[in-house]
Amino acid sequence: MEDPMAEIRATFFQECDEQLAALEAGLLEMEGGTADAETVNAVFRAVHSMKGGAGIFSLDALVRFAHKFETALDKVRSGELVATPAVVGVFLRAADVLSDVVHAAQEGSTADEGRISALVVELERISDSGALPAAESAPTSEAEPGTAWDIVFAPRAEMYAKANEAALLLRELGRLGTMKVALDASKLPELNELDPEGAYLSWKIALETDCDEEAIRGVFEFVEDDCELTVSRPEEHGFAPGTVITGDNGFKFEFFAPLPEVEEDAGAVLEAQVTALEPEHHEPLLAPPKHAAVEAIAAKAESATTVSATIRVDLDRVDRMIDLVGELVINEAMLSQRVLEAGIARASGVAMALEELEHLTREIQDSVMAIRAQPVRSVFQRMPRLVREVAAQTGKQVRLVTEGEGTEVDKTVIERITDPLTHMIRNAIDHGLESPEKRVAAGKAEEGTVKLTALHRSGRIVLEVSDDGAGINRARVKQKAIENGVIAPDAQLTEDEIDNLIFLPGFSTAAKISDISGRGVGMDVVRQSVQALGGRISISSRPGQGSTFTLSLPLTLAVLDGMVVSAGGHTLIIPLGAIVETLKPQAKDVFPLDRDTNLLALRGGYVPMIDVAENLGYCEDPIEPEQGVALLVEGEGGVRAVLLVDAIHGQRQVVIKSLEANYRAVPGIAAATVMGDGRVALILDVDAVVRNARSESVRSDAVVVEAS
Amino acid sequence: MSTTVLTVDDSRAMRDMLRHSLVAAGFRVLQAEDGVHGLEVLGLETPDVIVTDINMPRMDGFGFIEAVRANDTYRAVPMLVLTTEVDAEKKSRARKAGATGWIVKPFDPVKLVEAIRRVAA
Amino acid sequence: MTNNAGLSKLDNRELIAFCVGRQEFCINVMMVREIRGWAGATVLPRSPRYVKGVINLRGAVLPIVDLAGRLGLPSAEPTARNVIIVVQIGHQQIGLLVDAVSDILTASDAEIQMSPDLSSDLVKNFVKGLLPVEGRMISLIGLDNVLPVGELEAA
Repeated sequence: MEDPMAEIRATFFQECDEQLAALEAGLLEMEGGTADAETVNAVFRAVHSMKGGAGIFSLDALVRFAHKFETALDKVRSGELVATPAVVGVFLRAADVLSDVVHAAQEGSTADEGRISALVVELERISDSGALPAAESAPTSEAEPGTAWDIVFAPRAEMYAKANEAALLLRELGRLGTMKVALDASKLPELNELDPEGAYLSWKIALETDCDEEAIRGVFEFVEDDCELTVSRPEEHGFAPGTVITGDNGFKFEFFAPLPEVEEDAGAVLEAQVTALEPEHHEPLLAPPKHAAVEAIAAKAESATTVSATIRVDLDRVDRMIDLVGELVINEAMLSQRVLEAGIARASGVAMALEELEHLTREIQDSVMAIRAQPVRSVFQRMPRLVREVAAQTGKQVRLVTEGEGTEVDKTVIERITDPLTHMIRNAIDHGLESPEKRVAAGKAEEGTVKLTALHRSGRIVLEVSDDGAGINRARVKQKAIENGVIAPDAQLTEDEIDNLIFLPGFSTAAKISDISGRGVGMDVVRQSVQALGGRISISSRPGQGSTFTLSLPLTLAVLDGMVVSAGGHTLIIPLGAIVETLKPQAKDVFPLDRDTNLLALRGGYVPMIDVAENLGYCEDPIEPEQGVALLVEGEGGVRAVLLVDAIHGQRQVVIKSLEANYRAVPGIAAATVMGDGRVALILDVDAVVRNARSESVRSDAVVVEAS
Repeated sequence: MSTTVLTVDDSRAMRDMLRHSLVAAGFRVLQAEDGVHGLEVLGLETPDVIVTDINMPRMDGFGFIEAVRANDTYRAVPMLVLTTEVDAEKKSRARKAGATGWIVKPFDPVKLVEAIRRVAA
Repeated sequence: MTNNAGLSKLDNRELIAFCVGRQEFCINVMMVREIRGWAGATVLPRSPRYVKGVINLRGAVLPIVDLAGRLGLPSAEPTARNVIIVVQIGHQQIGLLVDAVSDILTASDAEIQMSPDLSSDLVKNFVKGLLPVEGRMISLIGLDNVLPVGELEAA
């Protein structure tokens, strides 16, 4: 068995991450001036909740910092303090530090003390604009052993209304030592005058105990405002014990023994009255409307529910299920094929049942995939902090705008887009936005804007990072590409093609190597990691107005919509997302460029043709273009090419199987899948094939060809 | 029949902690994540004691206590407030709403169990 | 990744012997997951000749290594009579294409002789020892280097 405390601890830190994200989101709303009272409450609650949980695990540093933070936030919540941009700025930085403190606590390390104390000072300055925090504890006094105490305890009706029981309090008091209890029922009225919810009884208690007055009062802690309570020393007031109605004189009061009598004495009378009265008044008058009120609240809550019922499931279990469903899909396809081969009529019961099975299988697959789908919010929420940090490091003023946080995508994809996005945003601030002075000189606002957008487009998720900076300096980029020998000096490139040169290895256009975007990581690395996910990245830029990076990724890494083709006698899958259109090439539209390359005339432009079988090394001689089928594909950076294959066999969804698991990566191949006949088919890596063809044509000194 | 305790807290870690401590002490534990959810649970079950947090989304502890006390069925169910708030004003507000008792977090599981036993009839 | 450490205690190890061309080889039976017939593989582009391609083994994609080709021996196109021995090497499973399984043997460490220093470099990379059995000479091979080296670890 796992340690339950370790599990609760893990839950706590998981929850902290959620709270930190909520905290930041709320503070950003406050910063943007769109916060309402509930936002402020939610911000307070997030810190409060972390503090509460941290207490369980004695994470003192976290408790201390959260407490300071909470105290300051409470000033705003209570309206004592206005959340000016300066105050919210402190809160945002405090949230960053809180995040550090949480993660330090999680790792058992300590966060940067200097940063913590600096913020504590700032938070205290905010808090000190109001009252002092409540005292945590009161001094305790020593009590001599076996002191005698006289206690008078007279509950008011309110005490009973809060479900406190006199008998239970007396039982509790009895645990402190030896006591004698006397019931004073003198105030009990005549039966007909008795209010069933009134309080008429009081008790005089003689207690001998080692405990001090505080401990005695502690017993009545919950009810101190709802009763008359005097605790005094007998010699001081000469209090004489009253009639003993329960237990023996000098009885050592332990546990329950004497109490039931007290309870019965007090309770029996009341209870008799209550049962006598209730049928007449209370039941019809009170009960039904109150029930209705509760129901109404519950109903309202249901309609306004923001939190739906959830369960937490180990990811391994979901993945196991996805694997199994993948097998089911393949097996179902294999079975269908066998049935077809056996010559069973399509209208037969077997074929129809099989069709039903296929339908169900697809539905199960979709549902299982949906389990892993998550909104990109968790990634987006990390970006404001990044923006603040990079802005501070570069001395630029940046406003981050996000859109489409609710867009859902597979969990694996979410995990793997964080790094590329981080890099793109760093790049947008560092290289995209100008300094405040330059912006002003260019007639722009001092503050630059970086916009992060997520949306679904044709079965993929598209992430865009755009800035309103200077745009790409195309002359510079082209010059650099020529210097690095990436393109020929006389190469004719479209503006788009020049922009996309920045994804080539070793490209950095910043005048000096910046330690923000720099760190030896260029956009080529971003492109590679995006490609590894089956994604594409491109940039479009408008001089003086800014640039937009567009990242497009499959929604899941487990299945893929593909076109089944054959090339050189081999079955291949081409991802549907890469295919723009399919064409039947005519001999008159094919123009040989050189020995190795043909161009296809397409709507006034020319696109290079790539014979897939030849490119993969399946065969030496390319097929005649007019004998094959051409697929216009769009690779990385919007580069277009035409893939030539023998034939197209239709579209299907395939389950992606890794080649690396038992073998290794194969150039030109993205992954594998299992077809209906049980055989493995390879999934083409379109970008790699296009890249390979390009590098071959560069080697043969071909000029870069302009696509229309 | 063991004592049934309903805990209302928006923190999962806190709920897990409460469940762990209370089950170990022999209580039967029902859980809700905020006041509204607590009321929904009360529609299905009648606990012997309710332990509630104050700061919660949708319906906070004060609202929850008031709603519970407004219903005759639960008028006599002891309600303990479990919170990190030490503010006297909040304490008295909870008391006015009808809270039976007050426990300040970080709680000691032993003390919590004691407090529940103290108010559970 | 042979289980030498564990087996030295037992002294006796079980080996599975198979034919490749006119030679006989054996590997530790502990490495073998299953044995199946040859039924064609999907060719992988830009792979060494001895990698015959990949097959579907209950949903996993399994590379098939033609052992004859890997050991630098003459290899022929496989037929339905060929056999695939599925072995576990580290965290990977691969299929070894051989002509036939010939024997299951038990041998002690003492019976295994050092291989003479005559064989080719290629064979030396794989042969860990020689086992004389009833007038035959069976080579005990290790499989650590059976897959193409290079970017393998980068995968």
